[in-house]
Amino acid sequence: MIRRTTWLTLYLLLAMAVLARPAFAMHIAEGFLPFNWAAFWFIVVLPFWIWGLRSLQHTVKSNPGLKMLLGLAGAYAFVLSALKIPSVTGSCSHPTGVGLGAVLFGPAAMSILGGIVLIFQALLLAHGGLSTLGANTFSMAVVGPFVAYGLYRLVRKLKGSMPLAVFLAASLGDLMTYVTTSLQLALAFPAQAGGVVASMLKFMGIFAVTQLPLAISEGFLTVIVFNLLAAYNKNELEELSILPEKTAAEGSRSRQ
Amino acid sequence: MSTSQKNFLLLLIVMLLAAVPFLIHRKAEFAGADDRAAEAITQIRPDYKPWLKPVWEPPSGEVETFLFASQAAIGSGIVCYFLGYSKGKKQREPK
Repeated sequence: MIRRTTWLTLYLLLAMAVLARPAFAMHIAEGFLPFNWAAFWFIVVLPFWIWGLRSLQHTVKSNPGLKMLLGLAGAYAFVLSALKIPSVTGSCSHPTGVGLGAVLFGPAAMSILGGIVLIFQALLLAHGGLSTLGANTFSMAVVGPFVAYGLYRLVRKLKGSMPLAVFLAASLGDLMTYVTTSLQLALAFPAQAGGVVASMLKFMGIFAVTQLPLAISEGFLTVIVFNLLAAYNKNELEELSILPEKTAAEGSRSRQ
Repeated sequence: MSTSQKNFLLLLIVMLLAAVPFLIHRKAEFAGADDRAAEAITQIRPDYKPWLKPVWEPPSGEVETFLFASQAAIGSGIVCYFLGYSKGKKQREPK
């Protein structure tokens, strides 16, 4: 049955890739932020990239066995951000897929992995852009992962179940990415009547509402992958202290 | 309910979430949300012109679809390889 689920997952991912419609989507398009704002978001993102590089180096050095799992986290973001899924508003958007990696490796690592996905899409797909890379990295690879990681830790601390924690982390991290995009656009383009707030509501109506069902989808997909990881990769999850270690279950819990 | 049954159910919900919009909006264009954002920008600031063009644009919708499909295929290839590898490893572990 588990094998069948894995095949189904593969089938579904392929089916959705085929369904995805050729349209520009999400992220702020090339040149659509005034120069000063584009530069501002690069400056904001820079420390997170440095932090992320260090965090990745640390993970790989102290646990070389986790490299493959790191690859999985990156690949997952890669797949999900390629899937432009129709939404209830009658337009399309795509999930971000950064929640899984944020829960596994911490939020800083995703600023790099998410950034790589964004560079790929900017260069090869004319999706997003190099000038808006800073702003898009901030929303998708900084805010999303930090919200996801924070929520995951919070729910676990409140003794919520693992699937619930992962679901809320992935779906709200996804949603907050697009709330951030709306805010970035509103700051750069305040409405003549109503200023930033009026613009924010306008962009939120476009991005955040479209994103709502997709965020739920991303939450469920991430729970599925997490269930599979918990079944087959206990050791790795224990190394990342996501699952308590068998021998010192109590010890590793109380140390956190 | 076993984990695999739960996963199956979750997959079903995800598929429904992607299918329902087609039933609700039979005549919608299903364009990207960022195209609509670009429209909103020109409404707020009619004089705004994007100051930079993408370095390279896929020459047609078909090429773009191909690139997006490749991105999804490469990604899901890696994801599924890892899951299959982990499952095989787990099965060979001494119990």
